[in-house]
Amino acid sequence: MAGTQAATARAASAKAGDAKAGDPKARALTSRMTEICGAPHVITDPLELRTYECDGLTSHRATPALVVLPGTAEEVAAIVRECAAHDVPFVARGSGTGLSGGAVPHEEGVLIVMSRMKKILEVDPIARRAVVEPGATNLSVTDAARPFGLFYAPDPSSQVVCSVGGNVAENSGGAHCLKHGFTVNHVMGLEIVTPAGELTWLGDGTGVVTGYDLLGAFTGSEGTLGVVTKIVVKLTPLPEAVHLVLAAYGSLEAGGRAVSDIIGAGIVPAAIEMMDALSIEAAEAAVHCGYPEGASAVLLVELDGPAAEVEAELATVRSLCAAAGATEIRAADDPVQRAGIWAGRKSAFAAVGRLSPAYIVQDGVVPRTALGDVLARISALSEAAGIRVANVFHAGDGNLHPLVLYDDASPSETEAAEELSGAILDTCISYGGSITGEHGVGVDKSRYMPKMFTAADLDTMQLVRCAFDPASLCNPGKVFPTPRLCGEVPGRRRAPHPAVASGQAEIF
Amino acid sequence: MSADLAVAGKALAAACGAVREGADSDAVDGLVPGFVASPGSTQEASSLLRAAAEHDLAVVPRGAGSRMLWGVPPSRCDLLVDTRRMASVAEHAAGDLVARVQAGALMGDVLAALACAGQEIALDVPAGATVGGVVASGLCGPRRLRYGSPRDLLIGITIVRADGTVAKSGGKVVKNVAGYDLGKLFAGSAGTLGLITEATFRLHPLPGAHAWVSRTFLEGTAAAEVEALVAAAANSPLVASAVELRRQAPGGPVSMSVLLEGSADGVAARAGQLAGQLAELLGGSGAMEVSPEPPAWWPGAIESGGGTLVRVSFWVSGLALVLDAIDVAARDASIAPDVYGSAGAGVLYLACGPGAEVPRFVGALRAELAGTRGGVIVLAAPAAVREALAQDGGMAGTVPSLGLMRAVKDQFDPGDRMAPGRFPDGI
Repeated sequence: MAGTQAATARAASAKAGDAKAGDPKARALTSRMTEICGAPHVITDPLELRTYECDGLTSHRATPALVVLPGTAEEVAAIVRECAAHDVPFVARGSGTGLSGGAVPHEEGVLIVMSRMKKILEVDPIARRAVVEPGATNLSVTDAARPFGLFYAPDPSSQVVCSVGGNVAENSGGAHCLKHGFTVNHVMGLEIVTPAGELTWLGDGTGVVTGYDLLGAFTGSEGTLGVVTKIVVKLTPLPEAVHLVLAAYGSLEAGGRAVSDIIGAGIVPAAIEMMDALSIEAAEAAVHCGYPEGASAVLLVELDGPAAEVEAELATVRSLCAAAGATEIRAADDPVQRAGIWAGRKSAFAAVGRLSPAYIVQDGVVPRTALGDVLARISALSEAAGIRVANVFHAGDGNLHPLVLYDDASPSETEAAEELSGAILDTCISYGGSITGEHGVGVDKSRYMPKMFTAADLDTMQLVRCAFDPASLCNPGKVFPTPRLCGEVPGRRRAPHPAVASGQAEIF
Repeated sequence: MSADLAVAGKALAAACGAVREGADSDAVDGLVPGFVASPGSTQEASSLLRAAAEHDLAVVPRGAGSRMLWGVPPSRCDLLVDTRRMASVAEHAAGDLVARVQAGALMGDVLAALACAGQEIALDVPAGATVGGVVASGLCGPRRLRYGSPRDLLIGITIVRADGTVAKSGGKVVKNVAGYDLGKLFAGSAGTLGLITEATFRLHPLPGAHAWVSRTFLEGTAAAEVEALVAAAANSPLVASAVELRRQAPGGPVSMSVLLEGSADGVAARAGQLAGQLAELLGGSGAMEVSPEPPAWWPGAIESGGGTLVRVSFWVSGLALVLDAIDVAARDASIAPDVYGSAGAGVLYLACGPGAEVPRFVGALRAELAGTRGGVIVLAAPAAVREALAQDGGMAGTVPSLGLMRAVKDQFDPGDRMAPGRFPDGI
C-alpha cells in the first residue's frame, strides 16, 4: 500500500484494538493467555502491538488483537487450544523477516511470536542431525554445527536474522539451493501443534517416511497447517574446497551464455548469481565491493566439494567464462576473499533501496534457458513504463529478483510500479515458471495463484488445509485467494442403514 | 457378472477406450478385479475415475505391478487402472535439468532417454518399474544417501482424484514454493489418495566415473566399530554417494561398501584418500579395497522373495544398537534374517523368509528398539504373517500423527474407494 493508505489503515486498526481491549471476551482471552505464558509475555498495549503489524513486506499491515510470546511447546499447545475453543484466529511469527506478508497478523486474532524459543537443543554429529527450536536463527544452527565439521545448508540471504521455523514455513532456499536443495530436503522431523491444539510429530528425524509424508506437505505450507515447536534438521559436511569465480560481462546475454555452457558441461555449481548494471552500481555505492568497473553484468559462480573434483571444475568454469566473452575474471578460495566478493551480491537488495525511495522486490522463477528472453522482456516493459528495474538473480535455477524502483510519494508512479510488477509475474507464468521461488505466497501473491493454478488445483491443495485446520483458524487468509469451505467431513462408505437393509425404509 | 457391474462396465468403456474384464492373472492377493482399464492420457483417466465414482467402484492403480502385494493388499478391487499406455517422456529440458514423464513410463526407458543428454533421475530403482509406481511406493536404493528418495527429486505432479478431478502442483522449475506440495503427499501414498498420471523431476548430470571402497569385517567385529566406519564414510567431505552394509546371517561377517561418483581423476583421487582414512580408523587390522566395480553383494532391487521384508530406520548414531538388537531379537525368535541396506542413510532391510516366527521377531525387535528414534516396519509379508501381525503391533507399529493421516485420506477419498484398506494399519 502507498504511504497515506498505510497510515489510514494503521489508524483504523489501532482504534479497533482499543475497542477490543475493553471487550469481555477479549479480556477473558488475555487473562487465559497470561495464565499460560505469564504476564511479561503477553502484550496488550496498543503501541507495542503495532510493532508487530508487518513482517519484511511493509506494504501489508494489520495490528493483532493480542501478542503472546510462549517459552515452551506445551505453552504453544495451550495457546492454540484456547484459540480453538473460542474460535480465535492465530498467526505464528518467527523473526518477521518474511517477504510475502506470511506473518501479517489477523486483526481479531492472536499473534504467536516464537522468538523466545530459540535454543539449539541437540547436535548429533554422527547422525548429522540437530534438534532446534523454531525461533533459532538459521545461522545459529550452522554456528552450532561448525565445530563438528558440519553446517546447515539452506542459507537464505537473511540467515543472520531469519528463524528456522520461518524457513520451514516458506521452504526457504537461498543462494546454494540449486546444488544443496531446499529446507524441505533438510528437515527430517517436526514437532508441531496442530490447529486443534495437539502436540504431535511429523517424521522422526531419520528421513524415512512411514505413512503419508505429512512432513513434506507441511514444509512450505506457510504457517497454515499448524505451529512448529521443534525441528530436526539434517547437517551437511563442510566442503573440502570452495572456490568462487567472479566474471564481468558487457551484457546480460553474454553472462547467460556462460551459465548455459557451465550447466551444459555437466557441472552443478553450488551457486550461480548474476547482477545487472543498476544493481552493481547500487552495491558499489553501498559496500564498495570493488566489482569490475563498467560491467553490464557480473556473474558469481561458487563451486564446492571434494578438492579433487573442484580443481577440475574450476578450470572448466574459468575457460567457459572466458569463452563467453568475460572482460575480467577473478577467483578466490580463501574464506575472507570469498566473503568480500559475496558482499556485493548480499548487499544488493538493501543497496538498491538507496537508489529509490521505495521498491517492490519480485520473486518469479522461469526455466533457466528462458532467462535471456525474460530479461529482455522485463527491460522492454521497464522502458515502456518509465520505471527502473534492477535485476539480481539466481542464474542457475531461474529465480529472478527484479527490484522495481519507484517513488511512493507519487501515486502514478506507485500504480505504474505495481502494474509493472504484475506484468513481470505474468511473464514468468507464461514461460512455464512460478510466481514465487523462495519468498512464499503469503498475502502478497495470493491474487496471482489463479493465474498459475486452476480452480481444481487450488481446491485440491485446500483439501490438505481442511484435513489439518477444518475451523480455518490457523493463519487464515494466506496463500489461497478464496478459502475452501471445509464443512462436514463426508463419512466413510458405510453399510446400508439397517432400516434400509431390512426393507423398512428407503433413502430418496 | 451382476447387472450392476455390467452397467458399470458400459460406463467405463464409454469413458476409456481400453477396458476389458479382469482375468485371474490380474488378481491382487486373490481379488480378481471386475475390470482392467488402460487410460492413454490424464483426460481419459479423469473420465474413467469419474465413471468409477458414479458406480461406487473401488479403484486400484497398477504400473508394472511388482509391488502390488507389498503392505496390506487392498480389501476391494473393482477396477484396476493400468498406467502403462501413458508411457512417454513428455518433456526433457536438458538445459534446465528437468524432465516431465508420464506415470506409466518404465524407468529403464526413461533413464535411457535421459542418458542421451548425459543426465539422469538419480534414483536406484528396477528398470522395469514405472515412474508412477516408483513415486507411489517411495522406492529408492543406495544413492538415497546423497540424493534422497523420489519425493526429494519430484518438482511437479499431476494427479486424478477419486472423483475424477484433475489437479497438479509444483511445475517445471526446480525452485517453486507456490502453493502446497501435493507431490510430497502423493509420494509413498501407494495409490490411496488418487492416481498419479505425470511426474516432473529435477535431473543430475550422469557421473563420468565410479569407484567402490569396500571391506569385509572379521567375524566377531563389534557393532560399534562397524558404526564408526559407516559414519566416517557417510559424513566424509569426500562426498560418498552411498554407504551400504550387508550381513547375511546374525553374528556373520559384515561387509560394507562406499560408492564415490564424479570425474575419472577426481574419483580415483578420492577413492585413494577415503580408503586411507578408513584404514586409519581400523588401526592395524586391515585395508580397504578399491574397485571400479561394485562388490558382488551390492544391492539390486529390494525384493521380498515371498518371505517377510522388514525395514528398520534409525539415526546413524544408533547403528550399533540396531545391529545388536537385530541379533537379540533373531535369537529370541530363532530366525536368521539377511540384513542389507543403506546403513549410512539410516535404513536397513531384513529379509526374513516365510516362516511363522517372524511376527515374534518383529515384536522382539520393536521392544529392543523402544525409545530410540526410528521405526520397524514390515514392508511385505505372506498373508498368515500379516494376520498374526494385525493382532500385535501391525505392519507399521505405532504411527505418529495417524489421526492427521486419516483426516487427509478422508478429504481426498471420502468414499474410501482408492486402494481401500491398503494403507498403514487402518487408514
